[in-house]
This record gives sequence, C-alpha cells and structure tokens, in this order.
Amino acid sequence: MTTAPRPATPERPAGPDPDGREPILQVRNLVKHFPLTQGILFRKQVGAVQAVDGVSFDLYPGETLGIVGESGCGKSTVARLLMNLETPTSGEILYKGEDITRLSGRALKAVRRNIQMVFQDPYTSLNPRMTVGDIIGEPFEIHPEVAPKGDRRRRVQELLDVVGLNPEYINRYPHQFSGGQRQRIGIARGLALRPEVIVADEPVSALDVSVQAQVVNLMERLQDEFGLAYMFIAHDLSIVRHIADRVGVMYLGRIVELGADAAIYEHPTHPYTQALLSAVPVPNPEAREHRERIILAGDVPSPADPPSGCRFRTRCWKAQELCAEKDPPLTVPPVFRGTAGPTEHPSACHFAEEKQVVPPE
Amino acid sequence: MPDGKDPLEPVDPGQAIAPGGGYGGGMDLAAADAQTLERTPGTGQDAGGPTGKPRSLWSDAWRDLRRNPIFIISALIILFLVFIAIWPGTIATQDPLKANLAKSQAGPEPGHPFGFDNQGRDVYTRVVYGARASVTVGVCATAGVVILGSVLGGLAGFFGGWWDAVLSRISDVFFGIPVVLGGLVFLSVVTNSTVWPVVGFMVLLGWPQIARIARGSVITARQNDYVQAARALGAGNRRMLVRHIAPNAVAPVIVVGTIALGTYIALEATLSYLGVGLKPPTVSWGIDISDASNSIRDAPHMLLWPAGALSLTVLAFIMLGDAVRDALDPKLR
Repeated sequence: MTTAPRPATPERPAGPDPDGREPILQVRNLVKHFPLTQGILFRKQVGAVQAVDGVSFDLYPGETLGIVGESGCGKSTVARLLMNLETPTSGEILYKGEDITRLSGRALKAVRRNIQMVFQDPYTSLNPRMTVGDIIGEPFEIHPEVAPKGDRRRRVQELLDVVGLNPEYINRYPHQFSGGQRQRIGIARGLALRPEVIVADEPVSALDVSVQAQVVNLMERLQDEFGLAYMFIAHDLSIVRHIADRVGVMYLGRIVELGADAAIYEHPTHPYTQALLSAVPVPNPEAREHRERIILAGDVPSPADPPSGCRFRTRCWKAQELCAEKDPPLTVPPVFRGTAGPTEHPSACHFAEEKQVVPPE
Repeated sequence: MPDGKDPLEPVDPGQAIAPGGGYGGGMDLAAADAQTLERTPGTGQDAGGPTGKPRSLWSDAWRDLRRNPIFIISALIILFLVFIAIWPGTIATQDPLKANLAKSQAGPEPGHPFGFDNQGRDVYTRVVYGARASVTVGVCATAGVVILGSVLGGLAGFFGGWWDAVLSRISDVFFGIPVVLGGLVFLSVVTNSTVWPVVGFMVLLGWPQIARIARGSVITARQNDYVQAARALGAGNRRMLVRHIAPNAVAPVIVVGTIALGTYIALEATLSYLGVGLKPPTVSWGIDISDASNSIRDAPHMLLWPAGALSLTVLAFIMLGDAVRDALDPKLR
C-alpha cells in the first residue's frame, strides 16, 4: 500500500471549540483505502484508491458541521465510515471517547442507536416493499428496548407528525409519496432511536430546489427540538452555508480548510476553497460583474495515484517546488497565527492568504 | 438518550390535525407542510388509518390475491390437480392399465369420453392417473430447484467473496452438462422405477439456472440504500435477507420457476421417450404424449388430451406465479 507520509497530527486539528464543550464525535487521522486487485483466482493488489486519507475533525453536540467538496473527494466515504458501514484502513472515530471502529456485536449495536444516517437518494433509501409504518418502525424492532411492542405504532405516528407528514399515511408504501415526502420518511426513520448525531449524506441534492428548502428547514427545526448534531455533507455550497455552523472543505480525500461558516465563506485562505466559492452563483447582477471567477485547470487527479506533497498543487496557481515536496498540515497557517481574526482557522496551504470571493451575506 | 430527555415528548399528538401549527419552525414551513400533505397521490385505499390494523407487505399481498380472479382460477385448477393426483379413483373408476387391443386408437364412445390409445386403454382414465407422476415430477423438481438454487445463489450474492467464486464455478460445470445426454448417463444406471430419480436428476441439473438469477437479483437488491440503512440501524444479516433482500429479489425467481415447471414436465416426457425417465407401468402424461406422437395424424385425440392436461397445468402454475409476483409489488396495486 502506498501511503504518502503524513505530518504529525496537531493536538486540535478540528479548529476552535465553539463553546468549550466536549466533542461528541472525534475523528482522528481517518484513512480508507480501497484496494485495487488484479486476477480472478489469485488476487493480487496492484494499488489502492485513497478515498479518505487522513481526515480529522470534531463534532460538538447540537452543532452542524458541513462537509463540502466535489464528487469523488471522499465525502460519502467519510459518512459511511462514521456509520461503521465501512471499516477504516486506519485511524479512529471516538464517540464520547470510545473508538467505534473497533466495536462489534452488541456494543456496536448500542452505539448505532446514537448515530443515525439520512441518505442521499429518497428513491432507493426506502424499501419499496415495506409500508411506511414498517420502515419507521424497523428501528424499534431492531432495538426492542427503545419502545415496548404495543407502543410502537403510536411512536411511528408521532414521528410522522414530527416530520410533517399525516400520521394516517402509516399503511402507505413509499412509491405513493413525492421525493420530499420520502426524504421526510427517511428523516423520521433516522430520528426513531433518538440519536445524538445524524450523518446526512447529501440529504437534499436529489430533491427539487423548491423542496430542498422545506427539508433543510425541517432538519433545522428538528435540530433545535431534539438537540441533534448534524454532519451535513453536500456539494451545494449555498445550502451548507445556510445550515452549517462550521464547514470543512474536502479535496481528494483530505480536509483542506476547516472553520466557522462565516470564516470559510467570507475569509477563505485555501486556494481550493477560493476556487470553489468563486463558482457559487451570485444573485445580484452588479456584484456578479465585479467578482473574480477562478477557473481551475485540468481534472481532479486519480485518487489511486495522488500527487506528492500538497494534493491540490497540480491545479493550483500558487504551486511552487515546496508544494511538491512537503505536504501542508491542516493547521492555522503561520501568517494568521495569533491574529484572532476570522482568518485564523486551519487551512492546509503553504501559501495561505485571504481572498474574498463571495460578497458578505 | 443518556441525558434522560425524551426528544419526542414535546410533540403533543393533538397537533397531528394541524400540521405545522405547533412547531417552532417558521410559517413558510407550516404552509409547505400543508401543501405536501394535500399533494399526496390519493389511491383510494387508505382504509385502516391510525385506528385500523397495521398492514404489512404480506397481509396486503394476501388481501390482493383473494380479490384477484386469475389467482382464484389458477389456485382452483392446482387444488383440483393435487386432488386427483392423490385420489385419482374418485373421478376415474376404470383401470388405467386395462388394455383392449380391439379398441386400439378408437375414438370416443359412451363411458370412454376421450377414446382409446394404441393399446386400447382408456385415455380419460390415463389422463387422470397420469396427473400423479407428472405433477409430482413438475412440482417436486421445481420446488427442489427453486429452494436449492435461490438459497445457494442468494447466499453467494449476499456474502460474495470466495463462497461466491466457488459456487459460480460449480454452477458453470453443471451448466456445461447437456440435459439429455446427462439424463441418459445418470438415469440409465438407476433401476428404481419411481419418479424420485428423475426429480433428483432435474434438481441436480436445474439449480444453477435459478442460482444465477437469484444471485443477480440479490446483488442488485443488496446495493440499494435501504439495505445500508438497515445495516446502519444495527440489523443483522438474517433480518436484512428476510425483510429487505428476499422480498425485493424474489420476483425473477418466481417467474423463471413457474416457467421451469412446465419445462420439467416436458423434460420428464423427453426422458421417458428415450427410455430413461419413468418406465411403464407408471402412468404419466409424458409417456402418453411420446407414445401418441407417432400416430398424431391417425388418432389426434391420443395426443390432445394428455397434452391439453399438461398445458393446463403449466398455465395454472404460470398464472399463479404471475399473480403472486404482482401481489408482492405494491406499485401495481
């Protein structure tokens, strides 16, 4: 396996703690490499797709951490690792200090109660051959200790009500609902076990724009009501800006910049973040004329053969020799250290500088 | 919840009637909610509601089947076939083996509505008695093939890995054996004259077909997000297979299985014709069809009655399979 040398992990790679609270989820140097094999009978490994390569962040109770990045940057793999649907190659995911990647059996099942997921595609995330009542009630069947049998139906109807669906729809099948309603059903299923963390993997990207707002508003309301922590994955920067308290920007399996949403959107210091933000549509036509559009050259390199040093250097207009030799760590860049301004947030770039590309909200 | 707080508590069930009314969320959301509620496609079968009995796929499927005339007709035909297979004497009082060569190939006459065969045996009686062997071969071979094939193929598709690789190669080997040649080799060494060696042979050569179909549809079903969702909830392999994968992967198996049933009855006829299937004095439609096929121009009734019975049987099972498959698909209701 070819693993690029990683710099030592800083003590707090995940940026400033909003209120001095204990993080509910700590992700440390998470790595997931999918082996590439050759041969049918005698498999031999010829390489690895480095889907996630050293990702670290914290998630605090009640906050929303947005993860943005283009397709294939490893966002969804991070979600699947958090849900224990994939086993990480290395690294740890600490839930209240306990590494959940090493759990199995009963202990894992207990942890699953507290971390639930909302899926991207509402058309494949609900079993077409189960009634809505069975879909939302399934968590109670798997964890019978949560709700006594006679109480489950009432609980399911409560959940339907909570997500804004008619409780009488309990005997309907998923195909009888629209995309937005199906996503509400998916959210109700995620809420059934009263988790503390919800991992939402592009929960609105498959929906119509008009419905996206409804679902995002619902998720915000549920967060206030139940004190949920969201890890909200998306490629739509406007939606992340709307819902997230903190934002992490991913590129080719790594987080390149991490900070409070205002800091990332209005004071980005990493060139990739700046390029990404310059692509956000601007509603005001005058501002649109004056703004600078950063167009990156080339394609995203293959995650099976990432560039040496900084992974973004092949498309970066600032790249110098240093970038090919030394991998920039995700820390507050030295130029901003101690400035106490919004630019003082982790950014994995040797030549980090502020560049405002989005007009302030 | 570790903090002992019940997040569902603040919701008063009384608010259910006015969605959005009691929520902390903005009015835009409430309005949007009301709108989505109304937009739900009405299907006219919302009976049940919150007070009725909870419904599931199987209870809905059964309710659907009981109203489906195709299911009722095919089920009645199959019940009738099973009945005469067990008690043929109740509707055919004569002896299927009693031969009167003077009546060879004679047409219908009172007391012998279907006429006589080559050896002057009553065709009606033979059709009734033939149901036992033919239905036994067809149903048992299909059941064996479907059970063995879908279990092996389904597990291979679900677990993958080396088990899948080994099973796929084994099924390739069985696919490579020509059915008739294989039948000649396997069955010529068997002296047992019951239907079971024939059934066993068909299961042995037939399971790879179903295994491949089951494997494919399980792999398709497994990749759906709802299986991941169940895994994320903490569901075990058994629950995922039984609740999520099997109902979504069973349709192609039902279709191929019901069509295969007719093929197996016909294959029994082929093997019997070659002298390695069922042997006289066993009465079977297959044997009678192959006997009659030589004199179809002189005495077509000898062929038409057992062939008609065979077609009706196959049709009944295909209709049954079709009805069951449709009942298990909520989108078709």
